[in-house]
Amino acid sequence: MLLFVIFCPIVAAILIMAGAPARKTALVASMLTLAITLFLLGSLQGWQRDYQYVTSFSISPEWHLSFTTGLDGLSMVMVLLAAIVTLAAVWFTGKIDRYENAFYGCLLLISGGAIGAFASIDLFFFYAFHELALIPTFLLIGIWGSGNKTAAAWKITIYLAVGSFILLLGLILLYQSVPVASRSFDIRALKAAAGQISPDAQRHIYLLLLIGFGILISLFPFHTWAPEAYASAPAPAAMLHAGVLKKFGLYGLLRLAIPLLPEGARHWTDVLVALLLGNIIYVGLVTIAQKRLDWMLGYSSVMHMGYVFLGIASANILGVTGATALMFAHGLSIALLFAIAGEIRKRTGTLLLDDLGGLAKVMPFAGLAFGLGAFAAIGLPGFANFAGEIMILFGAFKNGWEMERFHLFQIATVLGLWGVVISTVYMLRAYRKTFMGTLAERWKDLIDLRPILRAPVALLVGALLCYGFFPQSFVRIITPAFRPYLSANK
Amino acid sequence: MITAPLLEIAVLILGMVILMFEAFATKIDRRLLAFAGILGLTAVLVASFFVARNSFTNQTAGFWSFYTADSLSIFFKQFALLTTILVLIMMIDYAPVVENSVAAGKLRSVLGEFFAVPIFTCAGLMYMASAIDFIFIFVSLELVTISLYVLVSFTRHNPATLEAGAKYLVLSALSTAFLVYGITWLFGVTGQTNLQRITESLANTGIDRTAALFGMVLVLVALGFKIAAVPFQIWVPDVYQGAPTPVTAYLSVGSKAAGFVVLLRVLRPFLMLPETHRLLVLIAILTLIYGNLAALPQGNLKRLLAYSSIAHAGYLLIGVVCLDGRAVIFYLTAYLLMTLLSFAVLVIVSQQTGDRISDFDGLGKRSPFLAFAMLIAMVSLAGVPFTAGFLGKFFIFYAAVAQRQIALLVVGVITVGCGFYYYLKVVRAMYWQSTDKIDKIPISALSRFAMSALILAIIGLGVYPQPILDALKR
Repeated sequence: MLLFVIFCPIVAAILIMAGAPARKTALVASMLTLAITLFLLGSLQGWQRDYQYVTSFSISPEWHLSFTTGLDGLSMVMVLLAAIVTLAAVWFTGKIDRYENAFYGCLLLISGGAIGAFASIDLFFFYAFHELALIPTFLLIGIWGSGNKTAAAWKITIYLAVGSFILLLGLILLYQSVPVASRSFDIRALKAAAGQISPDAQRHIYLLLLIGFGILISLFPFHTWAPEAYASAPAPAAMLHAGVLKKFGLYGLLRLAIPLLPEGARHWTDVLVALLLGNIIYVGLVTIAQKRLDWMLGYSSVMHMGYVFLGIASANILGVTGATALMFAHGLSIALLFAIAGEIRKRTGTLLLDDLGGLAKVMPFAGLAFGLGAFAAIGLPGFANFAGEIMILFGAFKNGWEMERFHLFQIATVLGLWGVVISTVYMLRAYRKTFMGTLAERWKDLIDLRPILRAPVALLVGALLCYGFFPQSFVRIITPAFRPYLSANK
Repeated sequence: MITAPLLEIAVLILGMVILMFEAFATKIDRRLLAFAGILGLTAVLVASFFVARNSFTNQTAGFWSFYTADSLSIFFKQFALLTTILVLIMMIDYAPVVENSVAAGKLRSVLGEFFAVPIFTCAGLMYMASAIDFIFIFVSLELVTISLYVLVSFTRHNPATLEAGAKYLVLSALSTAFLVYGITWLFGVTGQTNLQRITESLANTGIDRTAALFGMVLVLVALGFKIAAVPFQIWVPDVYQGAPTPVTAYLSVGSKAAGFVVLLRVLRPFLMLPETHRLLVLIAILTLIYGNLAALPQGNLKRLLAYSSIAHAGYLLIGVVCLDGRAVIFYLTAYLLMTLLSFAVLVIVSQQTGDRISDFDGLGKRSPFLAFAMLIAMVSLAGVPFTAGFLGKFFIFYAAVAQRQIALLVVGVITVGCGFYYYLKVVRAMYWQSTDKIDKIPISALSRFAMSALILAIIGLGVYPQPILDALKR
């Protein structure tokens, strides 16, 4: 079942490249993927902390390398996110002028790579599946992108390539840091041997992982590739990359750093907090200054990564669960925003905030959808983002709390709260400039989203609201993954 | 049971028979000779899987004191055979260019040699893989080099080719001189030419270490020339660009692989000396930096591949420094597959348009198959997972992390980033740029088959590397 979820997009991509009708095949494949993911979610035994649906094929017994896949609560949530966003992205892809088959093929390869990475228990394939998305992203931005697409495509590709090779060094070091007898690429086996990793090695590995993953996640100051790439990428690619693929790095930190490298994480906490404040405050202010909607969204997605990092850095169940929740919620909301922005670009040919205005009059549904996405991104109660952010902020505030004294985390939390204000400023400002105000004469004839395109919007918003109103249903399946490693309340 | 020396004898006989046909059977189509060569080499390749291995090298005299049939040498014999078969397939595609470059009257007497000489090179490479004595290394190296002199300047009416041939001849002769001089020094110090016995003598404290080191450095110069390591890489770009494309492929794969096998064997006695180690680290770093940085601005694909071959020599040297033979060999295998694939595409495309990168514009539309083959070759050269090239880099970096070679790792990661740029430049040309040429590019069935096999092998080894790892363990 799980193998089907992983390989369905990849096989569909190969079929499409080989000449199958592009849009139909892609839609059927992504619907099937989502349906089976939901089925897996339904039958997941959430209270268990072991992996479920495990299948394993040995690749190299000598290296203890095997193709092993399985899901626990954490990866289940990520796979669900990937499946939802894939379907929405494929749905939003309209008619493509040239190489239509290749476009859908690339999209599905990204999606298959992301799902494969989330579902892999083996470190090697965890890494390799993520890289599967690298070349399709390059092609998507390069062939079908807009604006300064050449520079953007080079930037993202080279950044991510270097980042992932740094990550690879970290993973190799991790593999080598356990005694020869228990060396394995299997995360479960590594967890069993985690106690044998010396604190010194943990610090080195964590630093490599932090830089490697940090580049992939666009941690300040490695974030400069992200806004440019998302602004240039075609909307479906931006949806998948910002919504799903970027979560891979965060997922990797949650999956590896917390169980395996507690000492390393402790050692680098201060640095991480300083950098994530760079994400929240500095990038937040940069976001306010943006004059184009797509750049604004790109920067905002970088900024929100800061909150997820805060949750990871807080190192307690509440914060980490909140980080997972926010990853899920942010993936959905940013995908929604990029999708609407893409639709606007398709109709107007511009995303300069000064050129737009009053679009809600002619495109009421797009205005509603963008508004919902913007509110979700700000963290309005009722949306999943709120649940995530509040857990993160509470979790972070509790870390190292003493009466009458503010420590690093308390200061970071207060600044993080200011970040919420910053994000309110830029989101509402962008919303006002795009959809409110006077409608320019030349936009009079714009048509709203066709009814068929309202379904994916409903899918994304529905998932956001569903999770926002019943966060507990997700929290219940996420927490068992962390419970053995983190105190509930520190 | 077949013994290993029979393989080389078979290859040599095959080469001579083809030359005889060339000389006396003037009526037949020359391409038949190439097919005969391919078939013959394939037969030898199949036979090589049934060869008895023996790794005893302690025999004091006679044939087995300079010839070994251990699993490393058998593996490289297969490697050389496979390379030569693929190069011959490329040569068939390239034949029209050779025909055009010589006067029409002499045509018959030329093409057959073009197909026969690589078979002798192949025999030389196979001998080199088995050589464990300096004299034998020298002799087999000469067999390889002299046949390559002929091949490099084969289309000698083209001035660029002539220049390439002259450069290769002069510099290669110079490096051979270094090799002989180095061997003399080593013989003077240890009184031995057999590698095993040199190792034993060096362990002896009574020897003059400075003199031995000097000899080793001279040998290293010669081998550095073969593998195109900085600072002995000067000849590479011009020769690669000027030589006929299949010969360039042969140079960059066969010659380099043989160089690395010899390097692995020769260095084993010397790596105990810390000076050697430091020297090699330095050479590796310089090679990585030079190869990758110089490749960045190249606009000619053949030249780009020349610099990339220098860059890959750098990664291979990381493996050599860490003395991880299996990593080196896996990398070489991956390198063989992806380099030959890219050259195979280049041979076909360059006859239609040219060998600049901009000549690949719009290839994705003109010939989706060729573009896809090139895409796989390029992403594998760059090191994207699920290709053999990535696993090669993985094993190399694994060895370097295990030995904490921090400087090499830092340089390695940065240069990988450079690599992504210049390899993807080709991908960009094929898919982003548009062209006004829309005619399809014809591909012969044999080339299509060979390219498909290479693509499958690249992806297959990228997911399941065990066969290669097993082949070396036996």
